[in-house]
Amino acid sequence: MELVLAIAIGLLAGSGVWLLMRPRTFQLIIGLSLLSYAVNLFIFSMGRFPIGAPPILAPGGQGDPASFADPLPQSLVLTAIVIGFATTALFLVVMLAARGLTRGDHVDGRPRQ
Amino acid sequence: MHDAIYLLAAVLLPYLGAVVAALLPANARLLAWLAGCVALATLAMVGLGFAAIEAGGLPRFDLAWAPELGLSFSLRMDGFAGLFAFMVSGIGVLIVLYARYYMSPEDPIPRFFAFLLAFMGSMMGVVLSGNLIQLVFFWELTSLFSFLLIGYWQNVAAARNGARMALTVTAGGGLALFAGVLILGHIVGSYELDAVLASGEAIRAHPLYLPALVLILLGAMTKSAQFPFHFWLPHAMAAPTPVSAYLHSATLVKAGIFLMARLWPVLAGTDAWFNILCPVGLITLLLGAYVAIFQHDMKALLAYSTISHLGLITLLLSLNSDLAMVAAVFHTVNHATFKASLFMAAGIIDHETGTRDIRRLSGLNESMPFTARLALVAAAAMAGVPLLNGFISKEMFFSEALTVATATSVLHGILPVAATLASILAVTYSLRFIHGAFFGPPVDDLPKQPHEPPQFMRVPVEVLVFLCIVVGILPSATIGPLLDKAVRALLGDATPSYSLAVWHGFNLPLAMSLVALAGGIALYRLLYRHLNAGLEGTPLLGFLDGRRAFEQVMVFISWRFARALVRLMATDRLQIQLMLMVCTALLAATLALLPHGLAAGDVALTAVDPVVAIIWAVGGACAIAAAYQAKYHRLAALVLLGSTGLATCLTFIWFSAPDLALTQLLVEIVTTVLLLLGLRWMPRRIETAGSGAPLARLRRLRDFVIAAVSGLGLAAISYAMMTRVSPDGISREFLTRAYKEGGGTNVVNVILVDFRGFDTMGEITVLGVVALTVFALLRRFRPAPESVGVPDQQQGDARDWLLVPSVTMRLLFPVIIAVSIYLLLRGHDQPGGGFIAGLMLAVGILVQYMAGGTRWVEDHLRVLPLRWMGFGLLLAVGTGVAATVFGRPFLTSYFAYADLGPLGKLPLASAVIFDLGVFALVFGATVLILIVLAHQSVRSQRAAPPPPPVEALREPAIAGED
Repeated sequence: MELVLAIAIGLLAGSGVWLLMRPRTFQLIIGLSLLSYAVNLFIFSMGRFPIGAPPILAPGGQGDPASFADPLPQSLVLTAIVIGFATTALFLVVMLAARGLTRGDHVDGRPRQ
Repeated sequence: MHDAIYLLAAVLLPYLGAVVAALLPANARLLAWLAGCVALATLAMVGLGFAAIEAGGLPRFDLAWAPELGLSFSLRMDGFAGLFAFMVSGIGVLIVLYARYYMSPEDPIPRFFAFLLAFMGSMMGVVLSGNLIQLVFFWELTSLFSFLLIGYWQNVAAARNGARMALTVTAGGGLALFAGVLILGHIVGSYELDAVLASGEAIRAHPLYLPALVLILLGAMTKSAQFPFHFWLPHAMAAPTPVSAYLHSATLVKAGIFLMARLWPVLAGTDAWFNILCPVGLITLLLGAYVAIFQHDMKALLAYSTISHLGLITLLLSLNSDLAMVAAVFHTVNHATFKASLFMAAGIIDHETGTRDIRRLSGLNESMPFTARLALVAAAAMAGVPLLNGFISKEMFFSEALTVATATSVLHGILPVAATLASILAVTYSLRFIHGAFFGPPVDDLPKQPHEPPQFMRVPVEVLVFLCIVVGILPSATIGPLLDKAVRALLGDATPSYSLAVWHGFNLPLAMSLVALAGGIALYRLLYRHLNAGLEGTPLLGFLDGRRAFEQVMVFISWRFARALVRLMATDRLQIQLMLMVCTALLAATLALLPHGLAAGDVALTAVDPVVAIIWAVGGACAIAAAYQAKYHRLAALVLLGSTGLATCLTFIWFSAPDLALTQLLVEIVTTVLLLLGLRWMPRRIETAGSGAPLARLRRLRDFVIAAVSGLGLAAISYAMMTRVSPDGISREFLTRAYKEGGGTNVVNVILVDFRGFDTMGEITVLGVVALTVFALLRRFRPAPESVGVPDQQQGDARDWLLVPSVTMRLLFPVIIAVSIYLLLRGHDQPGGGFIAGLMLAVGILVQYMAGGTRWVEDHLRVLPLRWMGFGLLLAVGTGVAATVFGRPFLTSYFAYADLGPLGKLPLASAVIFDLGVFALVFGATVLILIVLAHQSVRSQRAAPPPPPVEALREPAIAGED
């Protein structure tokens, strides 16, 4: 299972990095999204993969880290997802503005000579 | 405390005066009174200091600032610092008086006096500093204010260039000095001047002595215009004459001398000291004097003569002899008096005749006899004529040169000859100054009819010339006590016995003086014809052009070198920058892993779950396909991206992270819609077959390799991480305390709104800022012309498309709202919370837009996203502040459970109110982004005539926010 997820993270990151270095803005935005999936999963994997471990405490109870899902990476990833959404939105709008101003969709505003 | 008052006042009064002067209206009389009073008060403070020294004390003031860094603000005034402070403030008073009459009413007078006073304060700071770092600080301030003073006439190119050159050279030297002082402080272990002065032996024996010495001397030599850094000084003559008289006699250029003398007890006495300073001083002495003869501008002549005298003082300091040290201090004072008066005399001539060119001037003795006599005496002092102060210190120089000449080295041996030669040259240029301007037949083609200056303009010159004469005739009765205190402060018990008498009998130094006088007169007669021929430039040394060298260096550093560096190291291409970033990250990871390797851990692997395997087989394929299709098939790439997101979401569910899964799902929806809305404005991209030159193909291969290595690397790191036991981190804390102290069973939510509430607040603020930025950017959105028109799909009768789904969506709206509120309320105990509920509600609105179209929704529904955001942020901050009202730290939460009978228990933690704020802000921000994007299509439809898209999109509007 660990291997499957590691490969998944690698695939997402690789595709993301590839798109990051492409010349078109839309490629970049897809690449950033893929990369953020990879990074989120990577952070999430810090809590390992407890299948069936409850994420919610019993009322009045105290959690034992051995039997509960690790809440720390989860809360980190949760904020990361929301911030990722915000940056994607911002980047999209910058992309649109640049598209209007430069008449093209090259990341530098003009194609390579 | 008494000491503290006048020491502080001596430094701070001028600065205070500068601020006041800058604020006053341009009234020359008023400003001069102010500046004069400030300078006089400063002088009085120095007088108080002297009184304290007289009483056997050492006035000082210490204020610990950052003691652990060795930084303190400390002022101390011993006899030597007092002598300099006396010169700075005393000549400052005279300069202010002189400037009152010199400056033209058209000049911005407040600026002049403000800079002059600030410069005076900086000089006082340099001489009175008791801490070396503080000294360097004031040192750089003098560079800065001298820059402003030299460039006072901003409209004159020469002034600007001269100022820039002076700043570059002296402030550059200041940096070297700073480095040197840091080394010195490292050697001594303290930056306090007292501590440094007490550890001379340790400094000279330290292996870092030489670097410290070289750096400190670089600072002093640049400031004091020593060869080869002398070239800035003549160009600084573009300053108003009062500035030149002040900067180049008693203050700026003497700061270097001050520093060398100040550190003389600890740095001097070594061969390195002599071998560096002696040649430099000697060359400066001779070169300055020689070049001075051939200057036609009176101020330039004085400037080179200043360089020469600074060289003389440096030479005296280099000799490692106590007596030479005495002579150096004495000559510093003498030079300040006669050179300041000569500059002022040159200024008077310039002021009253309109020119400073010695070739044009002649016979001014007739029209301005008083000034002529004053200048004559001052110039005679400069030439070293007996019964004037310059003579005595020059005699001391001669006798020192003769004393050291007994040593065997060549450098020592030639000193007497060089000293005599320099004196001959000094007599020649002094003669030229006087004879050229004041004697000969009167001329009547000057720009102005020459006449005597206003009486008070001459007063400063009279005072200084009077001092030259009095010190020259009665040295020990006048300057004697002052000099004695200064020298004792430097040399302590080692102070040699010296005689300040005018007459030492017939001896070799006197003979040298006489030779110099006779030789100087003879040389002037010899050169007379050549000098008056009006030729420019210096014979034999015409190739020595400091300015050209300086400019070439500057052009090289600031232009060619910088450009080459930019060409070499920078790019404005985003792709290359991103590639470099990725490669740097790869390199950093590799370097960090290199010592440890990257082996898998030894935790027993969990069995492969076929479901997860299938999910990721699809997810991975989708990611690769998205990467492949993103260029030409944007919609397909978007769908594939969404599938990858779903795979991620499913993974979160599978591994017990319901909150994450919910958030991911909702964000996925919103992001997809957002990108879909954006697609409409992108240019059409048609796939061309067989694209790619070999170079492009190579580039793609390179990027592919980088991407593959990155992916492999991250996979390897993840695998290595996952196969190791998770360390017992802070999660245990959160798990044990979530219910007990946070009052919630959903630990993730408790972390977000309680334990790490401050982070969350920062995060929602960022979200709000992003939404506002998006809003602002789209207000001025200008689409490309070809995207302005209505898309094909929206033309024609498309009203009834999606009829069934849209009815369903409308019906679902209240359900979505209810679910959203439910998610919000249960968030503390069950999966949900502000983020999720906010996104959910935003999706609800979004669905209405999709179902009814932008116009329909905007007509029927008023969402006020900005108010939601403001409300949310206020609520979140308010919850935090409320805790401080109860005397708890910011954002401390309180909780209790309300028993609602059959409805169950409702958790009533204050964190829930915070979560409500999060909810409102997330909802507001998300909806704002979506609405402004969606609104664009409505606006552009109105934006009919396509060609100027600028017109079409004037008025921004959010739905319902008009």
